[in-house]
Amino acid sequence: MATLIIRNGYVFDPLNEINGDVKDVFIRNGKVVDDLSGAEEKEARVIDATGKTVMPGGVDSHAHVAGAKVNAGRLMRPEDHYKSVRSRTALTHSGSGYTIPSVYKQGYDYAVMGYTTVFEAAMPPLEARHTHEEMRATPIVDMGAYLVLGNNWFIMRYLKEGDIEKAAAYAAWMLRTHKGYGIKCVNPAGVENWGWAQNVHSLDEPNIHFEVTAREVIRGLGEVNELLGLPNSLHLHANNMGHPGNWEITRNSLQILEGLKPQNKTNVQWAETKMDATRKQTVYLAHAQFNSFGGTSWRDFCSGVKGVADYVNQVDHVVIDNGAVPFGPGTAMTGDGPAIHDLYMLSGQKWSNTDVELECGSGVIPYTYLKSSPINSVQWAMGLELLLQIKDPWKTIMTTDHPNGGVFTQYPKVIAWLMSRKAREDTFKECHPWASARSSLAGIEREMSLLEIAIVTRANQARTIGIANRKGHLGTGADGDVTVYDLDPTRLDVNDYSKIKRAFSQAEYTVKEGEIVVHRGEILRVPDGRRFYSTPFVDETLEKEMLADVKEWFKYYTIGYANYPVPDKYLKNPVAIQVNKPLEAVARR
Amino acid sequence: MAFKNIICPVCGASCDDIQVELRGSKIVTKNACKMGNAKFWEIFSPHRIREPLLKESGSFCTALWDEAVDRAAMILVKAKRPLIFMGSETSCEAMQVGLHLAEFLGAIADSNSTVCHGPTAMGIQEAGRVGATAGQSKSRSDLVVYWGSNPLESMPRHMSRYGVYPRGYWTRRGRFDRTVITVDPRKSITARNSDLHIQLKPNTDYELLSALLTLLHGKKPHPSVEKVTGVSISEMEEMLERMLGCNFGAIYVGLGIASSFGKHRNAEAALNLVKELNNHTKFVIGALRGHCNVAGFNQIASYLYGYPFGLDFARGYPRYNPGEYTAVDVLREQDVDAALIVSADLVSHFPAACARYLAELPVACIDIAPCPTTMISQVVLPGVIDAMECDGTFYRLDDVPVYFQPFTGSPFSFTDSNEDTMKQIFQKVKEMKR
Repeated sequence: MATLIIRNGYVFDPLNEINGDVKDVFIRNGKVVDDLSGAEEKEARVIDATGKTVMPGGVDSHAHVAGAKVNAGRLMRPEDHYKSVRSRTALTHSGSGYTIPSVYKQGYDYAVMGYTTVFEAAMPPLEARHTHEEMRATPIVDMGAYLVLGNNWFIMRYLKEGDIEKAAAYAAWMLRTHKGYGIKCVNPAGVENWGWAQNVHSLDEPNIHFEVTAREVIRGLGEVNELLGLPNSLHLHANNMGHPGNWEITRNSLQILEGLKPQNKTNVQWAETKMDATRKQTVYLAHAQFNSFGGTSWRDFCSGVKGVADYVNQVDHVVIDNGAVPFGPGTAMTGDGPAIHDLYMLSGQKWSNTDVELECGSGVIPYTYLKSSPINSVQWAMGLELLLQIKDPWKTIMTTDHPNGGVFTQYPKVIAWLMSRKAREDTFKECHPWASARSSLAGIEREMSLLEIAIVTRANQARTIGIANRKGHLGTGADGDVTVYDLDPTRLDVNDYSKIKRAFSQAEYTVKEGEIVVHRGEILRVPDGRRFYSTPFVDETLEKEMLADVKEWFKYYTIGYANYPVPDKYLKNPVAIQVNKPLEAVARR
Repeated sequence: MAFKNIICPVCGASCDDIQVELRGSKIVTKNACKMGNAKFWEIFSPHRIREPLLKESGSFCTALWDEAVDRAAMILVKAKRPLIFMGSETSCEAMQVGLHLAEFLGAIADSNSTVCHGPTAMGIQEAGRVGATAGQSKSRSDLVVYWGSNPLESMPRHMSRYGVYPRGYWTRRGRFDRTVITVDPRKSITARNSDLHIQLKPNTDYELLSALLTLLHGKKPHPSVEKVTGVSISEMEEMLERMLGCNFGAIYVGLGIASSFGKHRNAEAALNLVKELNNHTKFVIGALRGHCNVAGFNQIASYLYGYPFGLDFARGYPRYNPGEYTAVDVLREQDVDAALIVSADLVSHFPAACARYLAELPVACIDIAPCPTTMISQVVLPGVIDAMECDGTFYRLDDVPVYFQPFTGSPFSFTDSNEDTMKQIFQKVKEMKR
């Protein structure tokens, strides 16, 4: 593999406490190294980054990019594809799609923006083969996927019985079987009810038949997560998403996991960092914007961010991603089937839904965010409020919950709003007055620095999902994923925010494991990314007991037990992360 | 040798519980339906194509494999606008190579759904689809509607595995826990086994669906609908009442919707009815996909390039316009000048004008047995039977991907699978274009 030097750039590497220092970055055999020998230095390729910004490769920790529901969106929205196409080149495939691009286009678009790692937000176990197939076809970026377990029959049954150990054994087996990275919990207890066209609307309302509450599922899966010691914490999509006034249930959901200690029992090698790169949180709240609605109806709708942000400011066990709304077309897609039905009732658009036997559900609906819409304007303000009101950037992550709030290619716009008050003021002038009247955004003076942007676009993503052993920073031993932006921090005028947008839209260079893959929008190389998944282990006897239950209920599936797992064939460059081996604690107490 | 959990490669049900016993040159299957069983016999069939064939001055002679692959590649390279038709009886892996090849050549890529549930896919593009995986109805459904479909003949195990008879979690008594309604102009065997048969006149699905929607909205449809559809309003009311009274309803549409007058508009109306029904009770809808991996092409073409079928790569990027770039239309309009046909018999199933034009074109095909399409081809490459002789992926009728493993190997030394054959052709094409 090539040796590469990135010379003289202004480096922003938060996990190593490097804030815009002029430094060289050395990469050998795909990894960041301290120094190169004289001979190596002579041979090395050199990128002259003088006057440019250098950051670790971007990491997206929550985006809907691969799998059955994403593809349901592609299939049902040709109108999204006609006007956004990419032509074939000698090196690259063609593709189409704006909010839900086809996989090749999607991989290239991420790389062009300087992103090198992307995690799929929700993988239904039964359809895991589909998610892996799409990830296998996605070029350049490294990927992984969170396994949806929040309405799983076995989990609900064990939690009802209060058997956390068996629930842990089941989750461990499922992650290994389907090659999932972490645990995702979507509308706990509610999606099962959607099997009967119902939902749950509070934390303490038992669902139909399984009689388990959202509170029990959140607490249970949180404990399971830490008992196993997974790289990521519980990834939570809270109840009542998209309903006015839901900020309260969101805060209360986060409270459920107070007092739980984060445990990382992975046996990975850690690259050097100055800061502690292990996760601090026990819950990662997804797309907080959609779960921080204030008011009681659409009539008195307002931002409820304050309640959520105040709480997050007080505690240390929460990280949120914002799910920003940068305006324009989106495609709402989530494992929260009933939430999408509610949106269908509001918008009357074409609507797709797939419930997955014994496991989960999903829904997809086209949605366009308009500046003229009072609600959408408040949502725009809320997405930014969340990142600006929560004081510690290490508790926040920037996303658009692609393609729900907006498309990932709109990240540069969000960055500009975060960095420039002027940018926000200019948008206030264009959008509905509710944006300023019903949120606190207009009064916020904070403008994020480039260091903070590096935290909320890569470093904290990596730390939060437990992949900072090799991603999200440029310490010795880290993956040689680096992005060079054409932005001179010493001459940065945040009032001229179009420059910020431009710089972040198209990286000057995207480097993946020491190879230059993109230069100013042109794809130069198309390597295959890695696929990360967790392989947690529990005590054998416990696993046997659990598997007996699984086999007993397997008759309710329409696929045989032997044909249920995801074979290795569906993963290119797999990286299995061994968890909890040697065995610790997860045996019968 | 006995094998269990084998996937059946015949219809969209993708039954994964087939047991196969190989005894010399005999094969015994368990659990397979009559269609499945027959297909398993194909491995030893005397009419199986076992050697590459080339047509020389009007008649076939056997050829060396490399020669045949060369000729197939040559046909594609010489063409200005070839059609790559990836039939549904092969794996997603082979289809993916076909799509890549089409992209490389600037060709048209299409699959069986173009003449099957293509209109249903277009209906989904108008209305969306509220569906579920098959196990949801297995455990929950207490009402099943077969609309324009006759599963007992087209997907014989649908009723027993997924739809009507299985004893699920909340349906412990199987058939006794379910009401079955069939909407079909024919007194089909499925209709005869239903609790309610709505015998509409052919080609009036749209009118009947619209009338049901009208009733659902609390209004009376115009009385003329009785004459148009041949169904009385009171029958419609009875049907709707049963539908509204269930806890979990499932509608399975067949080609009676997709291929009668109205086509995708029928599908759209059915999909919209289900959306509206969900304001009252739980309802899902799905298509009974006829051929084993016909859903697979829709899925992989969508995620690789953005459209479910009928893709045109002539401009260097994917374009989609059913009626213009779809296989039937490019053949009818004589818009292509060569074809590669994989695991499908277009000459038997396409309109006569298309078949006639196809017979004039240079055609290469991959197939396991002689059929009208192999007869009009210049090059015939022997096919490998997926799920029996090689591994790969099918998508089931409910879009759940199923991984299949073989119980025996490819009978050929020159190729392991249709995917392998496609890759060899692609390789040759690249060499010739260089």
